[in-house]
Amino acid sequence: MGSGVSRRALPGFGLGLGYTVFYLSAIVLIPLAACVLKAASLSPAEFLAAAWSDRARAAYALSFTTALVAAAVNVALGLVVAWTLVRYDFPFKRLVDALVDVPLALPTAVAGLVYASLYAPNGWVGQYLDPLGIKVAYTESGIVLVLIFTGFPFVVRTVQPVLADLDAEVEEAAAVLGAGRWQAFRRVLLPTLIPPALTGFALAFARGLGEYGSVIFVSSNIPYKTEIAAVLIVSRLEEYSYAEAAAIAVVLLALSFVLLAVINLLERWTQRHGG
Amino acid sequence: MAADTLLPAGGGREPPGVLIEQGAHAPRPPGRGTDPWYVRAVLVGLTVLIVGGLVGLPLVAVFHHALANGLGAYWHNLTADPDTRHAIFLTLMVAPVAVGLNVAFGIAAAWVIARFRFPGRGVLVTLIDLPFSVSPVVAGLVFVLLFGLNAPAGEWLRAHGYQVLFAPPGLVLATAFVTFPFVARELIPVLEAIGPEEELAARSLGASGWELFWRITLPNIKWALLYGVILCNARAMGEFGAVYVVSGRIGGRTDTMPLRVEKLFQEYNTPAAFGLASVLTLLALVTLIAKVLIEPRLREKAPPSIGEP
Repeated sequence: MGSGVSRRALPGFGLGLGYTVFYLSAIVLIPLAACVLKAASLSPAEFLAAAWSDRARAAYALSFTTALVAAAVNVALGLVVAWTLVRYDFPFKRLVDALVDVPLALPTAVAGLVYASLYAPNGWVGQYLDPLGIKVAYTESGIVLVLIFTGFPFVVRTVQPVLADLDAEVEEAAAVLGAGRWQAFRRVLLPTLIPPALTGFALAFARGLGEYGSVIFVSSNIPYKTEIAAVLIVSRLEEYSYAEAAAIAVVLLALSFVLLAVINLLERWTQRHGG
Repeated sequence: MAADTLLPAGGGREPPGVLIEQGAHAPRPPGRGTDPWYVRAVLVGLTVLIVGGLVGLPLVAVFHHALANGLGAYWHNLTADPDTRHAIFLTLMVAPVAVGLNVAFGIAAAWVIARFRFPGRGVLVTLIDLPFSVSPVVAGLVFVLLFGLNAPAGEWLRAHGYQVLFAPPGLVLATAFVTFPFVARELIPVLEAIGPEEELAARSLGASGWELFWRITLPNIKWALLYGVILCNARAMGEFGAVYVVSGRIGGRTDTMPLRVEKLFQEYNTPAAFGLASVLTLLALVTLIAKVLIEPRLREKAPPSIGEP
């Protein structure tokens, strides 16, 4: 971290701080406060009716479970990919490594569009799954699949640097001291990899909870069945039920702030272990 | 809601920094030679399968479907429809304005946070990251609540002849919200790493505030700034959820490129949807290439600093 300077030694403190606080308030804080105030304009009973209706609970449950499953799958996929990219050389390794970042750069609408077409019953992949009775597009599985895509880079990119920094000597020492391959993995590698993998998991999970663009393409968005929380907010807005939409948004915001706190704690844990 | 698309590299401040650090630069692959060949073969095969299936196949599919009817049809899909043309135009208008706003903010915030210590600094740093953990739909919703029907701010502006919601200003605001942290979090760690010595020296030699900024600070942070702008722009042009909510989706008026893709898809005009999607995909690929090219310059020790420990 850089060193702070006496306020008189360098110019621009007043102007810079003033503009920073003004812009932060105008773009982020006041709009978010407006949302909370709108939800607070409801009576407690109305708030519960809006934010905790059967339909809303079904939507939270779907958002939560699909994001959770996708993040868990991403931990498994991410560990394999990160391990391989750090430890082995193979043709086109640089390309494979670069492709990992694509989900971060590709607009979510494009991801949704292409996944919906690939996994439709007549799509490139869907045509082989359909005869087996596996339906992906327009079902919960489709939602999980696009969330795996959008969250894919997180675990890879949190685990990769930790694995790369891991001292080979530590493992060698373990081997010299008579630890078997499995024992060295369990006692030496696993404890180091758990914090970054959990951070990646939490990032992917948080991302999946709020995802909208890709999901509306691959889901049929039917209330109680394939309607995620973000889709429910939009349909409340389209009915001009602003306060109800705000109430559901406040529940989502609360959930994501809890996750943000968890992610921050995990990061500190990672730094302490990985340092 | 979440740490969002295209997490920028903050110099190790947060995991997004970690995210972008390419793991490929490990000094030596330590496990090579110790893992049996079949373990290696299985893991490499799995990795190629995972990345190929999850990322490679969709990329190929986008361009295959876009070009399925030949180049002529592709060009026709992109240029003949006035609504599609307007969507491209609108995206090219809205994204630079939102990016410009966030550049001005990013520079101001980075200067204050990296160069000064003041009460509330830690809170400020946390608040800058806040938009990453808000669902894009909620980001749009907050502006509907501020400027929509029966909202005081919206009514007042409408009375004075300004339409924010369902118009370009609303698109800019929603886009600025979701891309808010990108530039600032690139600049803060870089400015902190460089240290204030050169600026203090220039100041003691009588340089004015502007001279200081243009001659010293800006040249020092130019690669980080460019990096932040590229990531911010990619997200701004590709944003869907937030602009979906504030746009009202008026064809030919408030549809941006991603919104137009969705509309074409709903109208079963799949070739045109993929045509427009392929343009957005190219943008993403160009962004990633630029990212790979700029990253080494970010790691270069910027200027020789005086008294760096």
